[in-house]
Amino acid sequence: MTGNSILRIRYSKLGKIRFTSHRDVARIWERTLRRVGIPVVFSEGFSPRPRLGFGLALPTGYESAGEYLDIIASPSSEGDGMFDGVGYASGRRFDVDQLPDLLSRALPEGIDVQAVEVLTTRGESLQEQVVRCGWAFEIAGLDPHLARERVKEVLDLLSLPTTREHKGAVRTDDLRPAITRLVVVGPGDWGTWLEADLSAKPRVVRPSELVQVLAPDGELVHARRTHQWKEQAGAHQEPISCDATLAPHAMVRVL
Amino acid sequence: MSALWTRLEPLLLRVQKPARYVGGEDGMASPQHAPGKVAWLIVYPDTYEIGLPNQGIQILAEILNERDDAVAERSYTPWPDMAAQLRTAGIPLFSIETHRAADEFDVVGFNLATELIYTNVLETLDLAGIPIHAAQRDDDHPVVVVGGHASYNPEPMADFVDVFALGDGEELVGDITEVVSQWKASGKPKGSRRQLLRELAKVQGCYVPSLYDVTYDGDDIISIEPNAPEAPDLVQKRTVADLADWPYPKNQLVPLTEVVHDRLNVEIFRGCTRGCRFCQAGMITRPVRERPAEQVRTMIGEGLARTGYGEVALTSLSTADFSGIEQVVQGIVDDPATCGQTSISLPSLRVDTFTVGLAAKVANARRSGLTFAPEAGTWRMRQIINKLVLDEDLYGAVESAYSQGWPRMKLYFLTGLPSEMDEDTLGIYELAQNCVELGRKYNKKASVTVSLGGFVPKAHTPFQWFGQNSAQELGRKIGLLRDASRRNNRVNLKWHDPKASTIDGLVSRGDRRLGRVVERVWRSGGVFQEWGEYFDYDLWVQSCEAEGISIEHVVTRHRHEDEVLPWQHIHAGLHADFLWQDWQDALDGHGIPDCRWTPCYDCGACTEYGVEHIVASPVPPAGGSQGTGQDTSPDVLVPVVVPDLGATT
Ligand code: SF4
Repeated sequence: MTGNSILRIRYSKLGKIRFTSHRDVARIWERTLRRVGIPVVFSEGFSPRPRLGFGLALPTGYESAGEYLDIIASPSSEGDGMFDGVGYASGRRFDVDQLPDLLSRALPEGIDVQAVEVLTTRGESLQEQVVRCGWAFEIAGLDPHLARERVKEVLDLLSLPTTREHKGAVRTDDLRPAITRLVVVGPGDWGTWLEADLSAKPRVVRPSELVQVLAPDGELVHARRTHQWKEQAGAHQEPISCDATLAPHAMVRVL
Repeated sequence: MSALWTRLEPLLLRVQKPARYVGGEDGMASPQHAPGKVAWLIVYPDTYEIGLPNQGIQILAEILNERDDAVAERSYTPWPDMAAQLRTAGIPLFSIETHRAADEFDVVGFNLATELIYTNVLETLDLAGIPIHAAQRDDDHPVVVVGGHASYNPEPMADFVDVFALGDGEELVGDITEVVSQWKASGKPKGSRRQLLRELAKVQGCYVPSLYDVTYDGDDIISIEPNAPEAPDLVQKRTVADLADWPYPKNQLVPLTEVVHDRLNVEIFRGCTRGCRFCQAGMITRPVRERPAEQVRTMIGEGLARTGYGEVALTSLSTADFSGIEQVVQGIVDDPATCGQTSISLPSLRVDTFTVGLAAKVANARRSGLTFAPEAGTWRMRQIINKLVLDEDLYGAVESAYSQGWPRMKLYFLTGLPSEMDEDTLGIYELAQNCVELGRKYNKKASVTVSLGGFVPKAHTPFQWFGQNSAQELGRKIGLLRDASRRNNRVNLKWHDPKASTIDGLVSRGDRRLGRVVERVWRSGGVFQEWGEYFDYDLWVQSCEAEGISIEHVVTRHRHEDEVLPWQHIHAGLHADFLWQDWQDALDGHGIPDCRWTPCYDCGACTEYGVEHIVASPVPPAGGSQGTGQDTSPDVLVPVVVPDLGATT
């Protein structure tokens, strides 16, 4: 079989399942693809593994409306853009349009496939492409008025040195350039909801780091990734094209 | 959804591995509670990762949820970080499925597979808001039921448990449900709890410790007598006659997060009559009941398709003894639906070349290591423990494995066995060394790992009278082997902490008074004692001293024939005189044959309960003396047949 396809998948991770780890989600995908019978390509060697490309890790406990996965799959030899089911699905054929529904039904509650796109060219991996993420999060112990003041102060700063621990060593970073958007949404059950766009390069900046800055005594009680952006022609764009199947969340935002 | 989830949610961001507490497994029941139903909360008193795969819990929860009069949910012991969060927030222990508070259940049932975990039962009850002492529970508290292998010596937990459920649970849970259901229907009039317990005592398999009085003379027991007419003198276990009637779990749970044994598990038979004298599981689960091969195939095929697992384990004791095991294994390997990519694990294997042939079938391209359990270093010792593996069986198996590409062998041994002499201990090294030499013919890097456990005698085995080796003596024996293997870097020695063996022995064979020690250890913060990072030997020793319990009396002392054992009133099917005779035979070096293929010697397991072996093949499997040529005569050397390596695959 020549000419493998890359199936790029956008999916959510919402509700109780957010407490699983990145690794757990990878295992869930492996089992699901086997059950559904997607013709995933396996690596060579002693212990062949399905060739899956996971995007940026999502911290355990965080929700996401926009996670990504690349699946290397072999298209049907008939050359009609369909996929021939394998294993439990042998004899069946899949159209890409059917995949969001088929996969979502086999995935656990909280993980739903929103869009699948067949990538024509083998570009950069998800990890390389994504430069920025959109986040929504709730800080307990922070009142919305105070939050607005703090946000204004932070955005007015030219630099925002913060320290964090990395592999046992204390590092100082300037957090300010990583923040391209920060707004207060309003009160929540525990405190205040905010939204932010934070850079993912050279490292993924997390909402928990903003808690340190905005409310040192506060506690992050909810965090949800809403978007992932790649940079294209001066604009930020989700790493899946706009007309991808059933992709309500895949949209372009011009900065 | 109950109100607890919204209160739990914020705590979960503060603890390690929060996925332990969310449930959501594929195959999870959607329990429908109703006033007329008996609600069971079934708990495995260890972490979620250890407890989730437990088949006993999954089987019983399914059976209960299929009934009209019952509903069942699961729970596990919260890790100390979560326990602290729950206590601070004032949130009780909860079920995994619907996050319902434990005290909303009618029955809280624990599965106790091991003894060191006892303090976790107290911890879990306390988190549930249930008084830890059975005597302090009133009509509004759930009934606390304990099952599992450890309940065959129930006495150390007697003060904390309302009812022990002995033996196979498939039918027993239904019987208990019916009695509790009547109690619920009666409106639980004030003071009716004792009456409920007396009713439960009438059910075969139920042991109600509060209905028995124990009298002592110093460290010894004088008598164990029922104090209510419903309580039988001898409490009988339950045995399911035919596994074919119980194809459970039908919906094995697939967890969202990683757990141990994360694969499809299919029980292919229950019980084992190899007769290894140290093995409690083999003694208390008799007779052998094979699942029909066709049902095994269906459970595997449907299970893999439903779960998406890429691995299936065929579970039982001595798995290769299943009639037609080769055909079942070949069937999985050849199944087109799984593209030949399913790996198969056979958790418990005999020591012979047949087994290696099987292992060769199931192993994918990568052959890393194979595990065998000869258990003792010399043939003399193996006759005493009735693990009738000849040196040649082991060498044949190991050579066959090395020649087929496995580079490493792992060998399990016990030390501190009855009548073990230093030459028996050192025989372990000799065997390992010879195995390495065999391996070097095929692989320059051939190595052997010896995994050494300290022997802990268990109730209802012929060795129940044996005085366990002290931690010091076990340490000395381990030292002998360390010295012997020091210069050989191809033999790697690993050993179990001898102090943990001592405490295991303490809780395994203690009497009712040991409950005070268990309680004191728990009150001093001793939880998760199965875990190396939490095990606290000094705490146990101090607690024994404070409670006036002699470790020597319980653990290292040899017991005599006419003394009253703490579990004397519990019957696992095995006649007391059979066990004593087998103990004497052991000391004389007499083996005992496997009654599944040879005439019954009336141990009691079948004859007492009107059940019998269900074994498809009338002849033992080929290969090795554990197969055809069992040598059970005392100290007579049998003609040695080196197995034909070519004939095994
Ligand atoms: S009663 Fe007889 S056949 Fe049954 S397990 Fe005991 S010895 Fe074997």
